[in-house]
Amino acid sequence: MNIKVKNLTKYFGNFTALDNINLDVVPGELLALLGPSGSGKTTLLRMIAGLEVLDDNDIGEILFNNENIADKPIGDRDIGFVFQHYALFKHMTVFENIAFGLSVKPKKERPSKSEIETKVNKLLKLIQLDGFAHRFPWQLSGGQRQRVALARALAVEPKVLLLDEPFGALDAKVRADLRKWLKELQSEIGITTILVTHDQEEALEVADRIVVISKGKIEQIGTPEEVFHNPKNEFVINFLGNVNLFHERDENSEQKYHIRPHELEIVLSSSSDVISKAQIKYIQLAGSQVKIDLQDLENGKTILVELSHHEFKQKSLNIGDIVGINPRQLRTFKDGAGI
Amino acid sequence: MKTFNNSNGAQSESTLVKYGLIFTAICFLTIMLLVPLITIFIEAFRKGIEAYFLAFNDQYVLQAVKLTVITALIAVPLNLVFGVCASWAIAKYSFFGKSVLITLIDLPFAVSPVISGFVYVLLFGAQGWFGHWLIENDVQIIFAAPGIVLATIFVTFPFVARELIPLMQEQGNDEEQAALLLGASGFQTFMKVTIPNIKWGLLYGVILCNARAMGEFGAVSVVSGHIQGVTNTMPLQVEILYNEYNFVAAFAVSTLLAILALLTLVLKYSLEWKAKKQLEKLKEEE
Repeated sequence: MNIKVKNLTKYFGNFTALDNINLDVVPGELLALLGPSGSGKTTLLRMIAGLEVLDDNDIGEILFNNENIADKPIGDRDIGFVFQHYALFKHMTVFENIAFGLSVKPKKERPSKSEIETKVNKLLKLIQLDGFAHRFPWQLSGGQRQRVALARALAVEPKVLLLDEPFGALDAKVRADLRKWLKELQSEIGITTILVTHDQEEALEVADRIVVISKGKIEQIGTPEEVFHNPKNEFVINFLGNVNLFHERDENSEQKYHIRPHELEIVLSSSSDVISKAQIKYIQLAGSQVKIDLQDLENGKTILVELSHHEFKQKSLNIGDIVGINPRQLRTFKDGAGI
Repeated sequence: MKTFNNSNGAQSESTLVKYGLIFTAICFLTIMLLVPLITIFIEAFRKGIEAYFLAFNDQYVLQAVKLTVITALIAVPLNLVFGVCASWAIAKYSFFGKSVLITLIDLPFAVSPVISGFVYVLLFGAQGWFGHWLIENDVQIIFAAPGIVLATIFVTFPFVARELIPLMQEQGNDEEQAALLLGASGFQTFMKVTIPNIKWGLLYGVILCNARAMGEFGAVSVVSGHIQGVTNTMPLQVEILYNEYNFVAAFAVSTLLAILALLTLVLKYSLEWKAKKQLEKLKEEE
């Protein structure tokens, strides 16, 4: 299903939750709404679901396949919604939870008992929880609960899947496993999916496209590569990972450079052709990359550099060493004017 | 070594305090609660079982029991509906004046029951605000059953709402939203999701509400007018019998109220236990 959001502005009292949002969701894609808490990403998702409505002083429209859905009851929107805290029905078994959407259908459309059973069993297999049908939610782990919640949403064969921080309440390992699984599942079913997250790593890993939101405004829309390597502005580069800020001052202008830790090079020779000189303060060897904290000798600011273990060994760096810093590439934005 | 001695000393002292406190509590409860309760039954059966049952073979007593049951049958379901509505509004929505509403719900607890009764006399009595209109239209509220029902509803209003508000606030409305998104109607969502989640708390509130509705004396006394066989509830009938020196009958009717109270306590205990288990599950889930 094609979803369009047009000039959407939403107020909560005097607070502008969404500010002129324009968005076009391509059928079949997994779109991530990425932003810090309070940015409005969840509000946008809930408005698409119909859990928040357009009030009189709000502006804009939401279209499903070019049809305005403002007056469509939320039960008729063909939406599967997954909540951060699962929102499973506590007093129902896993089976009853997944079957709920089918069993509340009006008599004419409701599948027979055996059809429901076949369908639920198929979904249980899909979420790798066959054999758990008669357990209650409180007997499941967080990751299992979220998979049940997903199966419950999929049971009514929605045309869109909306996920509100689905892995936010899970621990790191389960979260990584589940998002890989979700990505595979989503591309297998081919269902249009919108995922809300504040975790940039999650967005970069699962999304086909990322919408970066801040303070109710869209900062950038693009593929993970685009937003990571060609961020449009300072907010986006800051939000999508660590970044070092360098200033270059002329007599009449100031130039800002944003450089990611892995885009910096440590130079041992005392040549003057470096953008700054710094002293190594801390080296973190655990992890796939070596992370080094340095202190700029000129202004005392902290500089972060990441390099491969291989390169680190070659250069034999130690805490206290004074080294030169050079960028492998430069990036600047309009407000800094230049390059 | 010194700390060892200290902790020993502290412990021996705490044992003394512990048993002292337990002894005091038990003594107090025995004298103030248990002995009176036993007295009711002893006095009721003082002249034998026959005399006890004879006390109920009285038109006025039976009328009082009937009026009490009818009052409870009207007041409790109404408060059940009001209570669910009010707690739903408070727990699931945010609106202007919410804290005022919460305070208002507690009003019947804060006001003396006698005053609650007087309010209705002032409103509906012959000299009251609506008194003139009521007389003209031949409607009697005060010194009649409707007044008793009104006063009872007022006094017992908080029980259901007080039970449900914290429970519903804890649960939030994610589950209801999930049900609606899955295509359930508002009614289906209420019956299949909301009610099962609050049923133990709801039942507990209803039982407390019922106990108070049947036992209420003060407010009902003011609006009743004490017409035997017409506007007397059980507690009022007990008073009349007692004032007539008909002790066996007075205590016999009291045993009904005492049994109701004991039954309420047993139910309350078992429901509290069930509700606690449900809450634990909820906590576990988070």
